[in-house]
Amino acid sequence: MGRYILRRLLLSIPVLFIASILIFGAVRVMPGDICQIVLQIPVPAEEQCNNLRHELKLDKPAVSQYFHWIGGVLTGDFGTSFFSKRPVGGEIQQHMSTTIELAVLSIFFAFASGVPIGVYSALKQDKLADVVLRGLSIGWLSMPSFWVGTMLITFPAKWWGYSPPVGYTHFWNDPLKNLEQLYLPAISLGLALSAILARFTRSAMLEVLRQDYVRTARAKGLRERVVVSEHALKNAMLQVIVHLGLQVAFFLGGTVVLEYLFALPGLGTLLYNSVITKDFPLIQGLVLVFAAIIVITNLAIDLSYAWLDPRVKYT
Amino acid sequence: MAIAADLEVVAQPGFGSTSWLGAVGKAARKNPAGAVAGVVCFLLVILAIAGPSLSPYSPNRIDFALLHAPTLSHPFGTDNLFRDLLSRIIFGARNSLGIGFAAIAVSIVLGVGLGLTSGYFGGAWDSLVGGFIDIMFAFPALVLVIFFVTVFGREFATISVAIGLILTPYTTRVVRTAVLGVRNLQYIEAATALGSGHLRIMTRHVLPNVAAPIIVVASVNIGLAILIEASVSFLGLGVSSDTNPSWGRMLQETRNVWQQAWWTAIIPGAAISVAVLAFNVFGDALRDALDPRLRGSR
Repeated sequence: MGRYILRRLLLSIPVLFIASILIFGAVRVMPGDICQIVLQIPVPAEEQCNNLRHELKLDKPAVSQYFHWIGGVLTGDFGTSFFSKRPVGGEIQQHMSTTIELAVLSIFFAFASGVPIGVYSALKQDKLADVVLRGLSIGWLSMPSFWVGTMLITFPAKWWGYSPPVGYTHFWNDPLKNLEQLYLPAISLGLALSAILARFTRSAMLEVLRQDYVRTARAKGLRERVVVSEHALKNAMLQVIVHLGLQVAFFLGGTVVLEYLFALPGLGTLLYNSVITKDFPLIQGLVLVFAAIIVITNLAIDLSYAWLDPRVKYT
Repeated sequence: MAIAADLEVVAQPGFGSTSWLGAVGKAARKNPAGAVAGVVCFLLVILAIAGPSLSPYSPNRIDFALLHAPTLSHPFGTDNLFRDLLSRIIFGARNSLGIGFAAIAVSIVLGVGLGLTSGYFGGAWDSLVGGFIDIMFAFPALVLVIFFVTVFGREFATISVAIGLILTPYTTRVVRTAVLGVRNLQYIEAATALGSGHLRIMTRHVLPNVAAPIIVVASVNIGLAILIEASVSFLGLGVSSDTNPSWGRMLQETRNVWQQAWWTAIIPGAAISVAVLAFNVFGDALRDALDPRLRGSR
């Protein structure tokens, strides 16, 4: 197991390394004069330009610029934001907790709603309930999360005059207020994932319920509830977890739109603001951090799979 | 257009029917929801192409009543800038669906090129393509598109390429798997024995036999492409502007009046959902009809 973890860790390093080169390279081959773009004046003064180029180390060769940047990243120094003049690392750290909390809450919502629906659907295969639930899940999957959010903002306010407090309060300062601010975005973001989980769970359950060990469990007189939850579901979840890895990239992208919609100060809002102000050190750092989060999440999924399923050989 | 292409493939020998009309009729009877979705997709494509002549008003005419609820003359109501919502939805289809289709074209060209060659040749090239796929999966879809348009500009082409790049690894993976399935079959060996070159074998013998999974993955990905485009334009980072509507942006433009005018909160989002739903259901139906082995893979 230890060797397996080590090998997977080592394999994810080149992925992040090449990703960092791509991010860095893209910003460098950007069409147009960096001076005009950053300063946002049509004809900037020569002196201003030279200062900026020096500040960005653009007067040095690209390779040395890259190693300067990546060397800084490895020691926790992501550079300085153009706009706020604060360290990029600090900005990212400050906004990270909101995004993580939003992601965790919506994943929790997705599992809590998607898995039971999938199980129920599988148990009632091809009955009316199954057909209806499958239709609903493909419908949920097709609704953009920000539209679900739009409606969750609009209609409770219109009908009952209810709207959750705007902004973001830290969980430790006021847990209830914090949850009230986050539950609507979490549901909007989690709905599509919930539908995907329901579909995965259903097909995995259908496969598992046909296995011999499930028949054995039933034959020895176990209650149906025990057969389903202990014997079938546990094994079905293994397959669900494997498929989950591919969803992470889409899911995490969704946080950007929902943070924007609900005015939550997370990484997505930070990315949005940095894109609007063309704050390239911040953009570079953020894209790399997003890539790192995905690589780490996928690593965690692979490892948890290896840990949960004793049949997987850790070599 | 795309649907006509789909039907041609259904009509190819090997799909179990002599006439394509008969094959389509049979598939439609077996899966009525898929057939309805196919018709909706077709209508949406017509709407995007023929939009300007179907639209009742100009999308930018600003002399209607302010925030007027849906009526006969304005079936979708008017927005906070005195504009007719139905006309804007029709014109918006060009951006929303157009980018979706362009992105799919990019992902098919790249994905088929990479998947076909990596599955066929294997070896070092295969590992290289595999590495590329791993790296592409490391970027959150939306973040990559936002990064791409920030760096290369908010043009129709850049957004289409960015979304196409995101979908490429999925296409590549499906094509590669399908190619691996036919690569060692006897007719490929026969073609090699007859002295055909690699290029000829790949295009004449392998490609037609992996057409079904390619069509399926494309139709499933269109829904995803439309969703990503909608998200980008909702953030105001897409090609759309005040005078060039897209569904995502229309929802965002009316942000401050959602409560006063419920239709502005519902209609653009419903347009996105209907389009994505139609392509998802149609894609599922195509998958079941063309390649049952892929069932449940997405």
